[in-house]
Amino acid sequence: MDLLVSVFERNDLLVAFVVIGGLMMVSGWLSKTLTRGRLQGSAIAIMLGLVLAYWGGSVTGGEAGMADIAIFSGLGLMGGAMLRDFAIVSTAYGVDLQEIKRAGLAGALSIILGVLVSFAVGAAVAAAFGYTDPESMATIGSGAATYIVGPVTGTAVGASSDVIALSVAAGLVKAVVVMVGTPLIAPFIGLNNPKSAMAYGGLMGTTSGVAGGLAATDKRLVPYGAMTATFYTGMGCLLGPSVLYVALRAIAG
Amino acid sequence: MVLYGVAALALCMLVGMLVGEVLGVVVGVEANVGGVGFAMIMLVLVTDKLRRMGKFPPASEQGVMFWSAMYIPIVIAMASTQNVVEALAGGPMAILAGLGALAAGAALVPVLARVGEKAEPLPPLTEAEKQEV
Repeated sequence: MDLLVSVFERNDLLVAFVVIGGLMMVSGWLSKTLTRGRLQGSAIAIMLGLVLAYWGGSVTGGEAGMADIAIFSGLGLMGGAMLRDFAIVSTAYGVDLQEIKRAGLAGALSIILGVLVSFAVGAAVAAAFGYTDPESMATIGSGAATYIVGPVTGTAVGASSDVIALSVAAGLVKAVVVMVGTPLIAPFIGLNNPKSAMAYGGLMGTTSGVAGGLAATDKRLVPYGAMTATFYTGMGCLLGPSVLYVALRAIAG
Repeated sequence: MVLYGVAALALCMLVGMLVGEVLGVVVGVEANVGGVGFAMIMLVLVTDKLRRMGKFPPASEQGVMFWSAMYIPIVIAMASTQNVVEALAGGPMAILAGLGALAAGAALVPVLARVGEKAEPLPPLTEAEKQEV
């Protein structure tokens, strides 16, 4: 047993390939038998991945889901930011730049609108739960943008540490619900072409959420959504602690 | 050689990330601004040019296509390493804020899709493409 564990731990990335391969096989089978192909195998695999992440996180008490279990630590490398972004960039190969130019205005608008709308919704929810001071509202609103913008704004405006933790949780929830929700809402919002994918990426902004959600919807849309989502966190960090916080203080302060 | 494709892809990403970091410092935010986006545009431009010059043969192309094919498995691995426990530990407020942001953003997709030229839906996936997870 110790021998097996030590071989697995030393070759953790390979274990990850096998685990994900197995997960995809099960998901493909579930997709065919349970949903008759209506829900794509990749969508089911992502949901199963999230369930495993919950299980791994609650067993170990760590922050990286399954990757906190030593023999599955390779999942952290395989699904980490470096390889994720590397794979996202590779999906752009063969993309028609004309398509991106044509959707450029809608894409740029979507980034600004996306930050604004998430901030407003997050701040309103915070107020509804009794966090009525502008610092807390701005921090939780920024967390509803992405879990990176939350702490950046929180630190800048001097929010308390439990509010910053809540803003990170809001951002994590958003990433998870975007991953799971995208394939379900795609038919209702016309998410079936490069232009709407660019708008969607900019409106959602969570790179992991958009990357997972579009993969589960239609892989061909990934490069377009990722293109705009990649500017979102920067825009959020720019607007959150400055313009948006000041505007909020004028309204709520 | 397959590696030429991988190397070109890696170089595009490194340069794109650097541009994103520099842009972040210039506008004064603690984040990479658009690094992945710049890398993607660079990859499209560079490979298009190389292909036209006949310097990007199918072998090099395979180096890029491999990573593109690995995209979905990588995203599934990413899903399995998310901090779902902490997300749920935020309680109803964090869940409502996250769901609200998704709903409000999604509602705006049809609105933004009306800006500029009309877009045609992609052709539906074939059965074979659908099963290819």
